[in-house]
Amino acid sequence: MKSVQRRHVLRVMAAASALLATGIAPGALAQDRTSVKIGYAISKTGPNAGGAGITTLPNYQLWVKDVNDAGGLELPDGKKLPIEVIEYDDRSTSEELVRAVERLATQDEADFILAPWGTGFNLAAAPLFDRYGYPQLAVSSVTDKAPDFVKRWTKSFWMLGGGHDYAGALAGIIKKAAADGTLNNKVAMVSVADGFGIDLVTAARPAFEAAGIEVVYDKTYPIGTSDFTPMINEAKASGADSFVAFSYPPDTFALTQQSQVADFNPKLLYLGVGTGFPIYGKNNGDNATGIMSLGGIDPANAENAAYRKRHEEVTGQGPDYWGSVITYASLQMLQEAIKRKGLDREAVSAELSTGTFQTVLGETKMEDNQLRTLWWTGQWQNGQFVGIAPADRAGASQPILPRQGWKK
Amino acid sequence: MLVTAVLSGLVLGGTYALLAMGLTLQYGIARIMNLAYGETIIAAAFLAYVLFTGSSVNPVLGLLAAVPLGFAFGYFVYGLMMRPLVRRARSRENLEIDSILATFGLLFVLQGVMLVLFGSNYTSYSYLNVGVNVLGTNIAANRLLAFLLAIVLGGGLYLLLTRTLWGTALRAVAVSPGSAPLVGIDVDRAARFAFAIGGALAAAGGVAISMYQTFTATAGVVFTMKALIVVIMGGVGNVLGALLSGLMLGLVETFVATYLDPGLTLAATYLIFLAILLWRPAGLFGRAAR
Repeated sequence: MKSVQRRHVLRVMAAASALLATGIAPGALAQDRTSVKIGYAISKTGPNAGGAGITTLPNYQLWVKDVNDAGGLELPDGKKLPIEVIEYDDRSTSEELVRAVERLATQDEADFILAPWGTGFNLAAAPLFDRYGYPQLAVSSVTDKAPDFVKRWTKSFWMLGGGHDYAGALAGIIKKAAADGTLNNKVAMVSVADGFGIDLVTAARPAFEAAGIEVVYDKTYPIGTSDFTPMINEAKASGADSFVAFSYPPDTFALTQQSQVADFNPKLLYLGVGTGFPIYGKNNGDNATGIMSLGGIDPANAENAAYRKRHEEVTGQGPDYWGSVITYASLQMLQEAIKRKGLDREAVSAELSTGTFQTVLGETKMEDNQLRTLWWTGQWQNGQFVGIAPADRAGASQPILPRQGWKK
Repeated sequence: MLVTAVLSGLVLGGTYALLAMGLTLQYGIARIMNLAYGETIIAAAFLAYVLFTGSSVNPVLGLLAAVPLGFAFGYFVYGLMMRPLVRRARSRENLEIDSILATFGLLFVLQGVMLVLFGSNYTSYSYLNVGVNVLGTNIAANRLLAFLLAIVLGGGLYLLLTRTLWGTALRAVAVSPGSAPLVGIDVDRAARFAFAIGGALAAAGGVAISMYQTFTATAGVVFTMKALIVVIMGGVGNVLGALLSGLMLGLVETFVATYLDPGLTLAATYLIFLAILLWRPAGLFGRAAR
């Protein structure tokens, strides 16, 4: 009898999701152009909603508001058209995303489609963007395959680098600190057994080896793990001065809390996605100081500071310290390319690829359809998450090592 | 090392047990397979969060607000949504399907309300995140609290159900809802009570986990699934079963993570789940299927 019930649960859930999968009505056809249709599908519900709701969606909303408040998108003839937004929730499933993008392209006839959130989702949508001739400004996706993708999908742009970039930068920091005698050359490493964690740890292993760093503990954990005590205890006993976790936001928060409880004080603490979230700094206060992760900002960049302030005022929440500002910059690039070339998607894509743009990042330019001027490693310092690598980039801060112990 | 593993396993298991006990009451006694159970947990977690960050009410006091609210919510939902289903159900299977559909809808309503109120962001705060030395091992005070809560609530409920007339009536309804009226038990009232207590337990669990776990408005289903595993392992409707299988699950996960590989914890969970169902199809403490 019990097994019958479980089968019922599954069957009912399947039927219900099929019911819910049918979308909402398409927009009306415009005869005279009175607006520019910008569409996007994003994870507003489901497991990806947490990430999309911090890095991507608020920036889309902020940008649309900024543009419409200024009278609309400017076209080459100086005319301004307001943005009409078509938004779909992909409910964190790639099937739903593909359907929504297809609908945006064929039924809603959107002028431009903004990229979804997440590496896998951008890959899932890329063939569609390509087939319908839309430029795809993929920000929240970390992939080492970007050089191949830009050949396969010529209008795709990859703006957050790849695992090798981040892992290589981290290896460089540890190597230098070990040479100075600040750290020993041992690393304990954990990673989530899912897209981001696998990509990063696969890149990190050879990068550490090449830098002469010994990985003394290297384990993966399943997504959804909430108790990290066993891993923290092992890492503590391993004798490594550096602890690296390629983790998702809930894991990052849990690792931070549980390390404090266990009095685990590695001299270098590097955590994954979520470290750059505003709530992380808020929750951990002084204790965040010294913790490293991916991304960062140049604290002296006034444009970026103004953007962060406006983001908080308009959306009611702060931007993260990694993909947020890049997302906004990608939209500014699109806006400027439309101003220069109009609504011709072919010409706009070409302009995005070759043009130079003034954005919140400063002067921004794609290299081989990729944004390469990025902060590969950042560290919490004085209440801000600042970029520390590449160290030779203008505005880079000096890493603080060893990090202070937990304050109770 | 061994002591550490046992203690952290027990504490982790306490969380699982705490989350599962309400569902076992709702499913076992009221016969409502409540798919919106996890949403109740999340709602309580948000309540604790709002109380803590908004008016700095500590979550332990927050329990005093969340538990009665959870009870009232369960009572209300049963009266409004479930009673008509129970009335028209021709058989137990029928009621189960209907209640699954209805609570599946409720899941989205609750989730939608929470998304509107709180957005989809990760939410967490820090309370009692200090180590407590137990037998030479540092255990997080907030997790220890959840463990104690699970033991107290689980043990208390077990005593209530087995030692009081009222509890006996509830168990009678669980065993044979058809015959219970013959001995003067108001089945409707008992089921409503059980459902409401389930809601109160879910709320207690929600407040407890909000102290140490990051949650989002859409994370409820994860808790429902975990609770369902514990409930089925322990035997549907059996509070002691839920408590023990929750603790066992925590121990197994911690031991596997410590001595084998953290990557195998999920596999181990489902392996013992399978083994128990093969060995005792009705769960550890369940009676054989009628």
